[in-house]
Amino acid sequence: MYDMKALYQAESVQDAVALRLKHPEAQIIAGGSDVLVQMREGKRAGAELISVYGLDALRGVSLEADGTLRIGSLTSFSHITRDPLIQKYVNVLGEAVDQVGGPQIRNIGTIGGNTCNGVTSADSASTLFAYDATVELTGQDGVRRVPIQEFYIRAGKVDIRAGELQTAILISRESYEHTFGHYIKYAMRSAMDIATLGTSVNVRLSDDKKYVERARVAFGVAGPIPLRAETAEKTAAGARLSAELAEAFGAAVREDIHPRDSWRAARDFRMHIAVESAKRAFAEAVRLAGGEL
Amino acid sequence: MSKSVGKSVARVDAYEKATGRAKYMDDLCDRSALVVKICHAAIAHGYVRSIDTAQAETVPGVVRVLTCFDVPNLPFPTAGHPWSTDPAHQDVADRLLLNRHVRYFGDEVAVVIAEDEVAAMQGVRALKVTYDELPFVLDVQKAMEDGAPQIHEEFPNNILKHTDLRKGDYQKAILEPGLIRVEGWYDTPTVQHCHIENHGCFAYMDAGRMVVVSSTQIPHIVRRVVGQALGLPWGKVRLIKPYIGGGFGNKQDALYEPLCAWCSTMVGGRLVKLECTREETFVSNRVRHAIRTHIISYVRPDGTLVARKFEAFSNQGAYASHGHGVVAKGMGAFPQLYPCDNLECDCWSVFTNRPAAGAMRGYGIPQAMFAGESHIDDICKAVGMVPLEFRRKNLMPVGYVDGFSKNELYTDTFNQCMDKGMAAIDYERKLREYQNQTGPVRKGIGLAVFWYNTAVWPISLESSSCRMVLNQDGSLQFQTGETEIGQGCDTAYSQMVADAVGVPLRDVHVVSSQDTDVTPFGTGAYASRQTYIGGFSIAQTAAALRERILEIAHEQTRMPVSNLDLADGQIVRKSDGRVLKSLGDLATESLYSLENSQHITAETTAQIKSNAYSFGCSFVEVEVDIPMCKVKLLHMVNVHDCGRLINPALAEAQVHGGMSMAIGYGLSEELKFDEETGRPLNNNLLDYKLSTFMDHPTLEVGFVENPEPTSPFGTKALGEPPACSGAPAIRNAILNATGVAIDCCPITPHVLYRQFKEAGLITD
Amino acid sequence: MEKHLTQYQTVCFNLNGKDVERTVDVRASLTDLLRNDFRQTSVKKGCEVGECGACNVLIDGEAFNSCIYLAVWAEGKKVRTLEGLLGPNGELSDIQQAFVDESAIQCGFCSPGFILTAVEILESGKAYTDEELRKLLSGHLCRCTGYENILRAVKKTMYRRLGRELPQE
Repeated sequence: MYDMKALYQAESVQDAVALRLKHPEAQIIAGGSDVLVQMREGKRAGAELISVYGLDALRGVSLEADGTLRIGSLTSFSHITRDPLIQKYVNVLGEAVDQVGGPQIRNIGTIGGNTCNGVTSADSASTLFAYDATVELTGQDGVRRVPIQEFYIRAGKVDIRAGELQTAILISRESYEHTFGHYIKYAMRSAMDIATLGTSVNVRLSDDKKYVERARVAFGVAGPIPLRAETAEKTAAGARLSAELAEAFGAAVREDIHPRDSWRAARDFRMHIAVESAKRAFAEAVRLAGGEL
Repeated sequence: MSKSVGKSVARVDAYEKATGRAKYMDDLCDRSALVVKICHAAIAHGYVRSIDTAQAETVPGVVRVLTCFDVPNLPFPTAGHPWSTDPAHQDVADRLLLNRHVRYFGDEVAVVIAEDEVAAMQGVRALKVTYDELPFVLDVQKAMEDGAPQIHEEFPNNILKHTDLRKGDYQKAILEPGLIRVEGWYDTPTVQHCHIENHGCFAYMDAGRMVVVSSTQIPHIVRRVVGQALGLPWGKVRLIKPYIGGGFGNKQDALYEPLCAWCSTMVGGRLVKLECTREETFVSNRVRHAIRTHIISYVRPDGTLVARKFEAFSNQGAYASHGHGVVAKGMGAFPQLYPCDNLECDCWSVFTNRPAAGAMRGYGIPQAMFAGESHIDDICKAVGMVPLEFRRKNLMPVGYVDGFSKNELYTDTFNQCMDKGMAAIDYERKLREYQNQTGPVRKGIGLAVFWYNTAVWPISLESSSCRMVLNQDGSLQFQTGETEIGQGCDTAYSQMVADAVGVPLRDVHVVSSQDTDVTPFGTGAYASRQTYIGGFSIAQTAAALRERILEIAHEQTRMPVSNLDLADGQIVRKSDGRVLKSLGDLATESLYSLENSQHITAETTAQIKSNAYSFGCSFVEVEVDIPMCKVKLLHMVNVHDCGRLINPALAEAQVHGGMSMAIGYGLSEELKFDEETGRPLNNNLLDYKLSTFMDHPTLEVGFVENPEPTSPFGTKALGEPPACSGAPAIRNAILNATGVAIDCCPITPHVLYRQFKEAGLITD
Repeated sequence: MEKHLTQYQTVCFNLNGKDVERTVDVRASLTDLLRNDFRQTSVKKGCEVGECGACNVLIDGEAFNSCIYLAVWAEGKKVRTLEGLLGPNGELSDIQQAFVDESAIQCGFCSPGFILTAVEILESGKAYTDEELRKLLSGHLCRCTGYENILRAVKKTMYRRLGRELPQE
């Protein structure tokens, strides 16, 4: 039994918003794989919870009229991985969230919960950063859209205002079209782990597959919140494909990342792995895009 | 006589476990139980100055709050060792139910008893504990320094015990010209057993006696310890062991049974339950001793060992628990595995402010093998010998007899096991193939052997008792004090009983649960002893039962006993093989006889004054991704000689589990502590890296079956041996792949990063 | 000390093919509900934070750790536990029998959770490689078996259900 003060179950998004306003101290619970664990640890013991788990309207992936990919915030990781639209347009996101925890966690865990946590190690976050995703928040006054890079404020803190609920994650067509991505989760074991480092790279190649038109790379656990490595992106943009380019791309991430020392891993180790992971993820993304290094 | 022994019959408890019907501790506890939650110290060392319980007592649902100021001053030992009537050989009694002197981060300082777990935890969080803090020490050698924090007053320099072993003249022998000196330090980590069922127990008073139902490996020993801790005569305590979800040595200690029983007495004998959380299991049960080992070997260029020095520093943690026995066992293996004429060996068990270290699968041998077998490959590298050839030359020879235990190596076990392992992994071809590799990803092959001896004689008592009760239908129940905790002894015993009595396996019913009120005495599951030791009492009791049966058969059939046999549940006339009657008919006639009613039973105690070596080896093939600092296991083979296999399929399964534990030990598992506070950092199953389904290669198992001559069933240790040689084999495979001699386990990416950098394989 | 709001809710769901309802404390996990109210002893508690998989059940065909699933969320769901796999006369299902035959059970504490994940795998009707099976089963920890015989049991049953020969190693 959980030490919760009260449980409010939202019947609809509007109801959730109303509950948020009525109980400003209450914590939103989506799948619960983080919130319930923290409650049991004592960190959130005695808290009030607003459960949005029953809001089926927030589940599923769809394509909007302008080609924007819309992922309902309560879509579970396993459903994202299996979704045909995800597989077609941002397969790397499906692959990334297929490395969260284990199968049961991927059935309960939601992309909304994963991002609202504000933790840097979230397996979905680096790929969403690398695709310039937008976060949709619904509140009393309607919908507000925030670029994911602004949504993350600091470790554990995201831009959700009083009365708001995250309702979707959006990826624009411009962002995903003709791109191929690869995610490398660096962890201490092959399942049931959190990332020591998450590296997500996607590239768009020129029509002749000889040049990089655009490359993006984002990391989890290379700073207090997920981040992009723009120096590396600039290094690759417009460059001719070569093995040296992959090396240079990897080396350039050093300019932008700032991992810290913790008992989980040392800064220099994370730095080393980031360089190698960026290089490898870039090479794989290029391969997927039909290019040769 | 063997009809059942040697066959891979299904576990006797398979149906119950496959359906979820098997009842473990919590399944048996009535829902009316009060819940006990422990307040654990939030400092690593110091004294509790005060505990303000006022607020906790107002929490709705809280029934009673008890603190370290309330407990009886009755120090008790916790180790799951047989009691010794000689005070000099008794375990160190350094425990109280709750502690004012806090010796590790997580020590028990108070309990809250409440109507449900939420109220109990709210009560715990509402306690206000103040401490007088003292400096603490986590490192084993720092704890031995003068001026180090003193953890137990009666043990200067925190040394629980030091023992040594000398042979020949080391100092003189090393003067021989031309010797090659090889020196190494090898560190092994603090790890935890991680049985999937946490330890827990419930207790209540019944007819003036204390009844405890516990997830334990050692019911008869825990009964004694509960008596000692509460100041109760041992007969006033009844201990019941239901199905157990794994133990691996952690439950070979009295854990929270004494505290739970005491809590019951403090609420009028009501039913109380104390279930450990996973976080508590990691820190406040027992852990494996982290041992730092220093070895120096002097070797002739031809690979002859001339003189060797061995020093082991065993991190005992906060309490004595199993104490010095663990590192001493490891040191005992050193001169035997590779006999050498000149030796200086020392080992120390040292208190630190870490969780108490106790028994864990292998009992000092995984640590000793990691150090010893890593060192052997370091010698091979120094003298330029193939690791397998060095072992063939130097390992314990056939006919070796240990002077203390009188154990003898009767057969060419090591070579037989290594031959089998080599063939399975294609050792020679791969060794050639993996020479002179370059590039970022390299493969390697390695091996390690292990030494293990079965059971605890002659250090401690070895005895086993068995009872058999014949039913009217010719089937029988049997009980032993030895305990099924998942390893499969109930099944192996059933097979032994069937053959030893002469009945079909289907007519043998094991009483799986131990209840100290009704189960004959036995010391429990540890030291890989049960199949060996239990075999003696089963053979002896079966013989006694057969004697009674044949005596009655003589009365009923008028044939002389010498012409009668019991085979496959039938009374047979030996001279012509005719079946005279079924055992069922005999039993029914005997029980309901109006002249001479007999309930046919037998019960005997066997004391065992022998012991048996159980040897084997591991072969491992790895792929090392140098830039990523990652090791992938490609192939792993264990080969064991545990004598005759009682149940080959269960034996193989048990080896898989040990190999898995060795993989974690070698590559990923380590309980970590904050150097600033002594706080455990990763006491949960997410941050503590138990290997998962995806971290394993296919596990291959081979057996060499040399029947053990001292055992009635030709068997010897298998429970612990599979966990002993895997980690050094992994380490040696990495050495083969990269040329880097790793000095510790687990060999995590952090370790590889550091050592690859030092070796120049990685440049940042 | 502030008391929690006493909140109870009636939950109607289908347990192993039977519609049931219980009034539960909203603070209860699904593990609590299944163990305490329905005495489903197959639902084990090994960590209570979703890391070990011992409490795994199937909800609408997918595997969930019931320890981190609120009991009230079961409303309207189809929940299956190991108890639901047995035949009317106590017959083991094929996957349970395979766990017995392959010596995939030792202490038995992780077995129910593993078997239910195996049911989800088998009911997909797909053929998986060993690597895929390892990943699909990776949400469960086991300390006794090294996972080896569990893989054998699931693989053998998968091939049998697909009507194919088990490839020789």
